[in-house]
Amino acid sequence: MLPGVAYFLLFHYGALAGNVIAFKEYVPFDGLLGSPWVGLGNFQRMFEDAAFWDSVLNTLWIAVLQLVFYFPVPLGLALLLHTLTWSSVRRFVQSVAYLPHFISWVIVVALFQQVLGDTGLLNSGLSGAGLHTVDIIGNPDAFRPLVVAQVIWKDAGWGTIIFLAALAQVDEQQYEAAAIDGAGPWRRFWHVTLPAIRPVVVLLLIMRLGDILSVGFEQMLLQRDAVGPETAEVIDTFVYYQGIVGGDYGFAAAAGLFKGLVGALLVYAANKAAHRLGEQGVYR
Amino acid sequence: MSASARPGWMEKPRPLTQTAKALALATVVLLVCVPFLVIVSTSLASTREVVDNGGWVLWPSEPTLDAYRDIFDGGIVTHALGVSAGVTIVGTLLSLVCTVTLAYALSRPGVFGGKPVLLLVLFTFLFPPGMIPSFLLVKELGLLDSYASLVLPVLVNVFNLVVLRGFFQSIPEELYEAARLDGAGDWRVLVSVVLPLSKAALAVVGLFYAVAYWNSWFYASLYLESDHWPLQQVLRTYVVAGAGLTDATTGEATVTAPQTVQMAVLVIATVPILLVYPFLQKYFTKGVLTGAIKS
Repeated sequence: MLPGVAYFLLFHYGALAGNVIAFKEYVPFDGLLGSPWVGLGNFQRMFEDAAFWDSVLNTLWIAVLQLVFYFPVPLGLALLLHTLTWSSVRRFVQSVAYLPHFISWVIVVALFQQVLGDTGLLNSGLSGAGLHTVDIIGNPDAFRPLVVAQVIWKDAGWGTIIFLAALAQVDEQQYEAAAIDGAGPWRRFWHVTLPAIRPVVVLLLIMRLGDILSVGFEQMLLQRDAVGPETAEVIDTFVYYQGIVGGDYGFAAAAGLFKGLVGALLVYAANKAAHRLGEQGVYR
Repeated sequence: MSASARPGWMEKPRPLTQTAKALALATVVLLVCVPFLVIVSTSLASTREVVDNGGWVLWPSEPTLDAYRDIFDGGIVTHALGVSAGVTIVGTLLSLVCTVTLAYALSRPGVFGGKPVLLLVLFTFLFPPGMIPSFLLVKELGLLDSYASLVLPVLVNVFNLVVLRGFFQSIPEELYEAARLDGAGDWRVLVSVVLPLSKAALAVVGLFYAVAYWNSWFYASLYLESDHWPLQQVLRTYVVAGAGLTDATTGEATVTAPQTVQMAVLVIATVPILLVYPFLQKYFTKGVLTGAIKS
């Protein structure tokens, strides 16, 4: 037990305490403790910084698009897999669909470049057919759909696991009873399947909400240069460029702390709301 | 191949539905597989064929291993491969030891300090420390440019911890009691009773750790000098960002590596995952779900 506890104390609580830097002006020579206090100065600068608000807006944009276009995909895929009665086909499709989850973002981005880039599969096909080629990787307008597509490709299959588990726990007899009572496939879906997975859906929505200000740091960082910060700067990359690259540690830590606080508040609020609606939520 | 097992009460599916389903499933499988095929084929093609074809090859006419030979002559990739393998193996072992011991202690009722420690741990899930303080901590601890900076800051993952704890709790209490009556201490119980019963969960959590270490590049870019980079960071620099590959022995920068070489590096970075995946895949549902649903 001790090594684990020591790890959490040092690398989580030690680092968490390091957030005091957000209230300081970091001077490398004086170190974390010796640097002078500036009160809420960093926060004030942050709230007046247009680039910061741009990154917040970009983050929310991508988060909303993911919620609308990504979230339903694993659910739909799980429902589809669940209706398959041929178990070897189901297992094969599941194995293939889980796989991209284990591939690093570096590789995923490289794969997308290879398929959708200037000289990739898609454009060679288009030019071969005598059509105009499309610039997807370097086009800021295409960036948002592109990153959502990448998330779907990478994690939709993996996301089915939890829904499939919820579906597997439904008692087979409920379906049988409903069928004998004359309920067709659609009515059975509506009255047996949906209620069974509702708690899981609510749970995942709450967790998404807490994460709404983190939309794929590595994914954005890898592709920010291709389209520029106007579209690809999210809060996390803002923190990275201001702090690590720019050396403005106190300012960047303030932005990070702001993000953490808002995220925690959102989870708390969403959980409360879930309880009101009679759901279990993340915790009691 | 196990055949279809449709229960008697279920109506026969309509052909239209069947076709739509089959199409949807085929699309999913193709969407995942085709990009990999392009990568592998391009890495095996000759540079000339790739250029003639405009940057990629779906099926090489004369497969060659030239790209792979180039890589392993160059030195950078070979070295990075060693770094990645070392960090993955050492990191996974350390992480497993720390996670298992902590999860075991937290899974037993009545351990001194169990409840506060559990809350302490779960809180970090809700409120992670943030990038800047973590970076400054690593810096102040003097871990910059050491491989420890890739392992220590991510030693225990809360999700993995919760999965293992749930799994340990699902082991019947009688087994613990029986072991105790035989005079086994905590260590003995853990090693000879709990761990053998937890193979599925250990396999899954081990895989999660290994994949995380193998795939990580960001910490390396933060904490390490370029001559210590692991494979993914090399990949990021030379393939995604398209920088020129430097010859490690002469230090001479060459032009951007040819497409075939870039794709070969990609293949090398992916292969270890494809190798372990089939063996551990069967444990996913069992390992993750028993753990996650219990808690």
